[in-house]
Amino acid sequence: MSTEAVLHANVGTAGAQDVHHAHDAHHGDHHHHESFISKYVFSMDHKMIAKQFLITGMVWAVLGGLMSVLFRLQLGYPDSTFPILEDLLGKWAKGGRISAEAYYALVTTHGTVLVFFVLTAGLSGTFSNFLIPLQVGARDMASPFMNMLSYWFFFTASVIMLSSIFVETGPFSGGWTAYPPLSALGDASPGSKTGMDLWLVSMALFVVSSLLGGLNYIATVLNMRTKGMSMTRLPLTIWAFFFTAVLGVLSFPVLFSGFILLIFDRHFGTSFYLSDIFVASTQQALPNEGGSAILYQHLFWFLGHPEVYIILLPAMGMASEILSTNARKPIFGYMAMVASLFAIAVLAFLVWAHHMFVTGLNPFLGSIFVLLTLLIAIPSAIKVFNWLTTLWRGNIRFTPGMLFAIGFVSLFISGGLTGIFLGNSALDIHLHDTYFVIAHFHIVMGVASMFGMFAGVYHWYPKMYGRYMNNTLAYIHFWVTLVGAYLIFWPMHYQGLAGMPRRYYDYSVWESFKHFTELNRFISTVAMVVFAVQFLFLINFFYSIWKGRKVTTQNPWGATTLEWTTPINPGHGNWPGEIPEVHRWAYDYGKDGVEYIPQTQKIGENESAHH
Amino acid sequence: MASITTENKRIHPHKFTMWVAMGSIVMMFAGLTSAYLVRRSLGNWQEFSLPLVFWYSTVAIVASSVTMHLAVKSFKARERVRYRQMITATTLLGLAFAVLQAFGFYQLHLQGVTLIKGSNPAASFLVIITGLHALHVIGGVVALLIIFFRAYQSKVKNYSVIPVEIVSTYWHFVDALWIYLFIFFGLTH
Ligand code: HEM
Ligand SMILES: [Cu+2]
Repeated sequence: MSTEAVLHANVGTAGAQDVHHAHDAHHGDHHHHESFISKYVFSMDHKMIAKQFLITGMVWAVLGGLMSVLFRLQLGYPDSTFPILEDLLGKWAKGGRISAEAYYALVTTHGTVLVFFVLTAGLSGTFSNFLIPLQVGARDMASPFMNMLSYWFFFTASVIMLSSIFVETGPFSGGWTAYPPLSALGDASPGSKTGMDLWLVSMALFVVSSLLGGLNYIATVLNMRTKGMSMTRLPLTIWAFFFTAVLGVLSFPVLFSGFILLIFDRHFGTSFYLSDIFVASTQQALPNEGGSAILYQHLFWFLGHPEVYIILLPAMGMASEILSTNARKPIFGYMAMVASLFAIAVLAFLVWAHHMFVTGLNPFLGSIFVLLTLLIAIPSAIKVFNWLTTLWRGNIRFTPGMLFAIGFVSLFISGGLTGIFLGNSALDIHLHDTYFVIAHFHIVMGVASMFGMFAGVYHWYPKMYGRYMNNTLAYIHFWVTLVGAYLIFWPMHYQGLAGMPRRYYDYSVWESFKHFTELNRFISTVAMVVFAVQFLFLINFFYSIWKGRKVTTQNPWGATTLEWTTPINPGHGNWPGEIPEVHRWAYDYGKDGVEYIPQTQKIGENESAHH
Repeated sequence: MASITTENKRIHPHKFTMWVAMGSIVMMFAGLTSAYLVRRSLGNWQEFSLPLVFWYSTVAIVASSVTMHLAVKSFKARERVRYRQMITATTLLGLAFAVLQAFGFYQLHLQGVTLIKGSNPAASFLVIITGLHALHVIGGVVALLIIFFRAYQSKVKNYSVIPVEIVSTYWHFVDALWIYLFIFFGLTH
């Protein structure tokens, strides 16, 4: 690999010889001796990079989940003390109760790492890397070197974010959206000092990682497909990863612009976001004038809204694929599925201001954003309809992957419906910044995409490790997580409708929310149970890598797509011989009475041609 | 091999990646220039005229696009000496551009326009946007240096034109980006 490595190193700057030469000539079966470092650490094999993203994402999921357990402890038991917390957190939990600063730091870090590190890097980083080359029929990404860099930028971002937890003044604590002035003024709160600097550096590196990854995914899908793999023969997973990458490549740079201005406001005395500020902790009036904090919100949400779809689309794509495979039926309305992904991707750029209805936005402008926002319901409904019709009278195999995919559909419906409430600016005056919003986005984005990720792991595990995960553990994991997630987030809708605001440290001091004491305790308890059950998944995952039942057939699910034509444990280059040619679309299940027909099989003599 | 026949018809993946990356850079500057417009519409906006030097830097970068174009042409015609000359000229013009931009800010500073600390957003936006653009030009200069030295090193006569073309695309892109920014600032100042 080393010559190719050097070649790829210079992509965009200097000489690579013709890449096809590099790819086709010397790949085939790989029998080079790879060192431990080049195989497991600085790997350029997309499959290994995928696993690196996955496992790093898992570490963050555990840390982020643990944080939520800690702050739910505060919300559920505001009057109790837990001495163990002081042992664990030291000065952040004096007397066994989490301090207000620690609470906000936990909430902020939880949000940041789950949105970006787990559900962006861990989800699209893992599966775009793993599945794109395998399913389009390529030996690797367009630029394996950039792909490797993408992971290592993410890794560095992770290390820096992690280190921010341990600085003297604590990590950033102004919310995952990092609005100024809290994010712009070091004196605004303890977390706004070093913690915020580290947050910014980490996020900037994360943006670079996402861009490097996204460029590669797009180039690979458009340029490296095998013979016969026209765009309309692509599995829906690939379409979803493709649109995800397009969203990322076009929206992350705007966030980056916002960060640059923020850095200048923090450290170089500019006034982009700051105006007329008096800082209580230092008793000082700041000289900054004319800046606008709302400007930051525009820049942030221009990424922020596409970001929620960056998180969701991969889950949608994988759910489509898994539902069809395990219902043994073609996906219903393939072109409508692609078109609705496209519509969602376009609309995602036109609705950001629905996060800003109550910022003093011009009401006329607001009504345009209401209209555009509600339009998203159409492609969303098309997708839901098609998933349900795919399941309808299917010959369903309830594998763990399938269960999680069905769970995904259920959660997407529940959470999507509440979006329609929020999308009305008049209703949003009441609902904004309440627990209703928390319920909405956790169900539709957080839990739903987590389900997509679990579905993907259970389904493609045999391809990743050549072994199966344990089904019993998987079923327990599924049912407890599904029921638990609804029990946690469903009641929050009522709290939000009752006006309970989000981002408060202690609700027990408010007369109007006293009657929620029991409910809060209940939610916190379920949250702990659900968190604990995730360890079943982790144990299952790591145990099965070495001890799981071995996969003995090339195509254990009887699926049509190309990844199942590779050897059980594919080497770097994926196919030992030539890359197979594709003759049909990816959804010939139950056609002409045949259970499934792989994409590589030629159209038969008497077969009704499909695509 | 099966895959070669189809792949050769398509645009080279690395070139394509460059195009997508340029889309990404466009979005960054689109974000910044829209932020500029939004902020300007809120009032409290200092008016000052753009430094005259920006005209010279514009000439420099447009000229560099021409030399870049000639460099690719001579590369394809295998005229190595001329290729090196043109690459050298492009590199120097690129550096000259960056220096002239910095000089422009020095002029503004002399006129009493504060650029960063305690400045009006009108001036800080100008510095940040043009500064960021200049960084992209310098990135291009680095890329030019790399292919320049490769031209000396390489013993193989028929190496690929792809990297040269990619750098050249990028170079024309930062040129066009500057023209856009120059017109943008010209119209809005
Ligand atoms: C029919 C579809 C949807 C509509 C109409 C909709 C509408 C909205 C609105 C208006 C808000 C702002 C509420 C407020 O802050 O007052 C919101 C918040 C949010 N939505 Fe949705 N949404 C939809 C689907 C989705 C989907 C599919 C996702 C994710 C995959 C998502 C993720 C989020 C997130 C993360 C927030 C909260 C961000 C925050 O303030 O921290 N939404 N949604
Ligand atoms: Cu949104």
